[in-house]
Amino acid sequence: MSRMEVTVAVTGLNNIDSPGPGIPVIRGIRESKEFEARIIGLAYEHLEPGIYMSDLVDKTYMIPYPSEGKDALLKRLLEIHAKERIDVIIPNFDAELFSFIKLEQQLANAGIRTYLPTLAQFEERHKSNLPAFGRKYGVEVPEGVDVFSHADLHNAMKSMEYPVMIKGKYYDAYVAHSEAQADEYFSKMSAKWGLPVIVQEFIKGTEVNVIALGDGKGNLVAAVPMRKQYITDKGKAWGGITIDEPKMLNLAKHILSQTKWRGGLELELIRTSDNKLYLLEINPRIPAWVYLAVGAGQNIPEALLKLALGMDVKPYSRYDVGKMFVRYSYDMIVDLDRYSSLTINGEL
Amino acid sequence: MIVKANIALSDNGFVFNPATGDSFTLNETGKVVLTLIKDGKSLKQITNFMKEEYDVDEVTLDRYLADFVNDLRVNNLLEE
Repeated sequence: MSRMEVTVAVTGLNNIDSPGPGIPVIRGIRESKEFEARIIGLAYEHLEPGIYMSDLVDKTYMIPYPSEGKDALLKRLLEIHAKERIDVIIPNFDAELFSFIKLEQQLANAGIRTYLPTLAQFEERHKSNLPAFGRKYGVEVPEGVDVFSHADLHNAMKSMEYPVMIKGKYYDAYVAHSEAQADEYFSKMSAKWGLPVIVQEFIKGTEVNVIALGDGKGNLVAAVPMRKQYITDKGKAWGGITIDEPKMLNLAKHILSQTKWRGGLELELIRTSDNKLYLLEINPRIPAWVYLAVGAGQNIPEALLKLALGMDVKPYSRYDVGKMFVRYSYDMIVDLDRYSSLTINGEL
Repeated sequence: MIVKANIALSDNGFVFNPATGDSFTLNETGKVVLTLIKDGKSLKQITNFMKEEYDVDEVTLDRYLADFVNDLRVNNLLEE
């Protein structure tokens, strides 16, 4: 069977210690037996490692930071599209998703497809909306409150007990055991990610995650549960294993059917010693450990690509249990002229 | 005393709980005992078998077996 030629642009090439999902997404697409993909990397930083992985990424273009606004992003994407004829863009950062969702129709008009949640779905699952989300859909979530100042933080702590989680708007989370730590982490998070900072009840248990793909009609196209086995000081999984946990899959099915989620997502969960599952976060995109799902038999990037192209996708019904991923770091040697070409021309 | 149905025990003594992702390593004796439990043997039958096979007094064996079964329970490997 001949493979369908497709040009796919992917963000999240920052395959660093807190990795973006771009490279594992690309690996999934590269392993597809149905697509012959030309991969266009879209990068924000000149040292995102994926830029230099020429066996995975055919060409990379710099794009403007989300803070520059969606018009600047659209202009740049259309410039790139004029050269590359992009069929599908798969954005992989939380912070850029708002712009891509807003631009969905304009990109579609230009012939670029995406497969993203709606703005309402995206907003509803924000960390700061999680308690309301839990009430609306009957999902256990930790108590949490948005704080905008140190005074807010101290007020919030009148009704909560240490330890608490102090979380950034988009990324990062720290456990604070005291007022001094809470103040320190609040300052750190607000400086890095802006306001509000989220203060969340600390739930003791094992960190487990589900990667899932929804078709926007309430159907679960793919889902794989994973337990983190090795967690870095940034809270990222450096090793993990697929597990046989129907309760987690049922929760994913419940959330996707209720929200009619469209696209990839990750449920971050805590399983307590009495086997209760608490939803800590919904990440509105494919997570960086997606290649474990590919290895376990569910090529979620390929399925997402097919959905974006309007193709039929048969929902996955199984995956291998006990499949592990172990991350590693790897030094590439890069000639200066490649780096300089990227910095001067904005493409490589 | 029933070991959860999906618990995997390999020949080298590696135990994997697919529901939690936990894994454990057993020594030779632990492997023998867990195999006997998986085969549906009672604690009494296991005690008799171990006394036949190993040079151990009953008091020590009872204590070790009780500890081992407790470890299995604590680590969610047994049905409640």
